[in-house]
Amino acid sequence: MAKQFGIIFGCLAAGELLSLIPGLHIPASIWGMLLLTLLLSRGVVKPQTVAPVCKFLISNMAFFFIPPGVALMLYFDLIAAQWLPVTVATLVSTALVLAVTGRLHQYLHHRHKSHHHSNHDK
Amino acid sequence: MTSDITQHLAGPTALITATFLIYWGATYLRKVTGIALLNPMVITIAAIIGMLKLTGLTYDDYRESGRMIEFWLQPAIVALGLPLYNELRHIKRQFVTLLLTELAGCLTGIVSVVVIARWLGATPEVILSLAPKSVSTPIAIEISREIGGIPALTSAIVVMVGMIGAMAGVKVMELWRIDRPVSQSLSMGTAAHVMGTNRLAEYGNRYGAYATLGLILNGILTAFLAGPVTALLI
Repeated sequence: MAKQFGIIFGCLAAGELLSLIPGLHIPASIWGMLLLTLLLSRGVVKPQTVAPVCKFLISNMAFFFIPPGVALMLYFDLIAAQWLPVTVATLVSTALVLAVTGRLHQYLHHRHKSHHHSNHDK
Repeated sequence: MTSDITQHLAGPTALITATFLIYWGATYLRKVTGIALLNPMVITIAAIIGMLKLTGLTYDDYRESGRMIEFWLQPAIVALGLPLYNELRHIKRQFVTLLLTELAGCLTGIVSVVVIARWLGATPEVILSLAPKSVSTPIAIEISREIGGIPALTSAIVVMVGMIGAMAGVKVMELWRIDRPVSQSLSMGTAAHVMGTNRLAEYGNRYGAYATLGLILNGILTAFLAGPVTALLI
């Protein structure tokens, strides 16, 4: 337990240092995540070592999001004032990002696959 | 003594307990009714806001409990490095495809939200607050601050996006006939950041990995592109 949390928080701590780099708005936790991936890929940390705690944290992430959600109540007025543009823009844009990303990826992946299959036979 | 009791009832411990219990109840409700839209996170958020308002408590009263729970988001995000590592081989093979897809998704996110908000008459500051909405809160807030938006509003919008994505994302993708699991994961991570990732991670580690990838790539791309693109559009 302690070893796993030590590794994970260690990555987070290092990430906090990296997040001080000016210009790049990459938060500490994302740096920490990339660092963990790096450590795993270099074999410094073994996947089996951190797997239990990682699984626990990831599977419960939704719960950790509750406080920022509750914080929404602070901004009701701000949102209410321009609720129409904010709501519509958010809804439509989110749907569009899903659509574009998903469809494009499926299309490109399909093309990539048929390219590969014409070159090598598996 | 009554005031001591009241203090405890409105204190962090009681509020954390309430958060856990409501979340547990909501999870159970979803399991028992089978209605996917009953997102336990959203239900708990609504319930707690309702509870605070009804009892006359303010967000300040919840803040300490909130901080203790929200703190764990950071190591949880770090933990996403594991599923990401597991997928590295596959990711390297499709790197160009992924990059192109993410670029398209990122630009779509920024352009669509700015154009629609502008068309519907939002003020410039609000438009700028909306621009980074597809990426994780910490990144979005930084971007918002840099380009002249209102960070607090951005964080509220990002949470909204996450909730929408978590609740309706899968349905929307069904409508758009996005059925390959990897494509679904990638889109959810791109459109609805960590909440989208988390929603897909429920299905398995592979999904979590690609959603995480969508999140990271969109985060990085948006960090670089939000400013210039919005400047062009406003």
